[in-house]
Amino acid sequence: MISLYTRRRLVNGLNLTLSLFTMVFGLFWLGWILWTLLAHGLHGLVPSLFTQMTPPPGSSGGLLNAIAGSFAMTMVATLIGTPVGILAGTYLAEFGQRGWLAPTTRFINDILLSAPSIVIGLFIYEIYVISMGHFSGWAGSFALALIVIPVVVRTTENMLRLVPNSLREAAAALGSPQWKVVMLVTLRASTTGILTGILLAVARISGETAPLLFTALNNQFWSNNMNQPMANLPVVIFQFAMSPYEDWQNLAWAGALLITIGVLGLNILARVLFRQKAQSH
Amino acid sequence: MSRIFPDARLKRQHLLDLVFRNTTWLFAFIVFVILAAIVASLVIGSMPAIKAFGFGFLFSSEWNPVTKQFGALVPIVGTLATSIIALLIGIPASFGIALFITELSPRWLKRPLGIAVELLAGIPSIIYGMWGLFVFAPRFAEIEPWLTEHLGNVALIGPLFQGPPMGIGMLTAGLILAIMVIPFIASVMRDVFEIVPPLLKESAYGLGATTWEVVWNIVLPYTKIGVVGGIMLGLGRALGETMAVTFVIGNAHELSGSLLMPGNSISSALANEFTEAVGGLYTSALIELGLILFLITFIVLSLSKLLLKQLGKREGQQT
Repeated sequence: MISLYTRRRLVNGLNLTLSLFTMVFGLFWLGWILWTLLAHGLHGLVPSLFTQMTPPPGSSGGLLNAIAGSFAMTMVATLIGTPVGILAGTYLAEFGQRGWLAPTTRFINDILLSAPSIVIGLFIYEIYVISMGHFSGWAGSFALALIVIPVVVRTTENMLRLVPNSLREAAAALGSPQWKVVMLVTLRASTTGILTGILLAVARISGETAPLLFTALNNQFWSNNMNQPMANLPVVIFQFAMSPYEDWQNLAWAGALLITIGVLGLNILARVLFRQKAQSH
Repeated sequence: MSRIFPDARLKRQHLLDLVFRNTTWLFAFIVFVILAAIVASLVIGSMPAIKAFGFGFLFSSEWNPVTKQFGALVPIVGTLATSIIALLIGIPASFGIALFITELSPRWLKRPLGIAVELLAGIPSIIYGMWGLFVFAPRFAEIEPWLTEHLGNVALIGPLFQGPPMGIGMLTAGLILAIMVIPFIASVMRDVFEIVPPLLKESAYGLGATTWEVVWNIVLPYTKIGVVGGIMLGLGRALGETMAVTFVIGNAHELSGSLLMPGNSISSALANEFTEAVGGLYTSALIELGLILFLITFIVLSLSKLLLKQLGKREGQQT
């Protein structure tokens, strides 16, 4: 019979080892996935990837139209989503002390933040694609904008709340009207934080596939027209990866590597930015 | 003159204030309207299917576009089963990771580990799907016969592990979901573990408790509401996850007792069939699936939010 003391020590040692093991377990998947991407996608990162259009099955090509389409839609989505998000976040932080709207919106925003993105796609399909009669780049951008909004609302509110009240009071004591206090003092004090939020939102939407399936659809050719179905990286990757053609699958891997580098790069950039801000305080 | 001029300027500023305040109010209201519009449009879109099938839709496993008979049972079961598998694996793993980062890791390692976990969360879901289909599933197909051999005859859970070792199926989808929810649950757990007052932990250590006893008897009870909230957040993610599941679940509209068999989830049914759906009733049935998914995640996420808020309140009382 082992003594109580030994048993407690054994249990402790065992569980802490298990904890170490789970940490390794988590890192193992990260390493495996990144390694797979490099192994399959690295040889596909050639100049023609950025200069040629997506090919028909069985021939070689690049992803130029998909990359351009993703860029365009991400940009439009960010341009729509950011102002809406910042203004709504400003209301929550600066004017939302009283009334029913602020708590309700805060709650709903948190739900939208983790809502299934495919449902957002369905929603845009229902209200925009059906009434227009065709899939389009605009529809894709709107769906992505709906994903940007909650992220920006959340970070804007959080960042504004970090601004000390004494700053607001100081500005008010000098006689500035409220809009000047918010625009020139509190929003300006939290620019870096809000920028971080926008970067995170961009990172999030550049990898989103599900909301684009029924909105932007896909397009094998170059298209400048946001009113037409538009090629985009995630859907092209989905289509090419599921196809039986080896050329297409190789392109899909190259695209997957590209997207991951982009998304993880943005994530790291956002974190570095935020860290600098935290240190400057 | 000198009195009127500042008055007019003051009035203008007051007006601008009013405009500014109401503009921000309007945009906050827009966020509110978006949610209402999502629910409304889904309800309107699924009306034909609701009228045609009623409540039976939830319990019918039939899915036949030719005869226009649709039921949601298979996708609902698939969604729930994969999410439960994800939680069964994800919760202990996340707990271990959060425990490691907060209590065991040397100070210099905390940041890199935190970033690594965040990166795992940042990888787009389509990448998980591709990796799952091309890399993980073939490896997993080699493990499945072993599972069948060792678990296939155990009472109660045995039938879950019988079936052909194809590599794709509900178990594979659940495993990949587990990897995807780990970063979400782990980072909430880490955050709530860090709010435990050091005084409490030090008192326990002072009484001679081991690290594990401190975590299990002090940290966990103190943060349990937050931990459950984090789990719910992970569950919300798992339920709605689309691309990763679509790649590996097999997309078969058949109810099967085995986790090794292909199945379907709500989100993957939508991803695969929606653009190809012809006929109003087919589309409408798919939209109703979307509505069901949205309602389930809405409830789960609301619960998570309420629980996390409660923990925040308690923290507020004690400081």
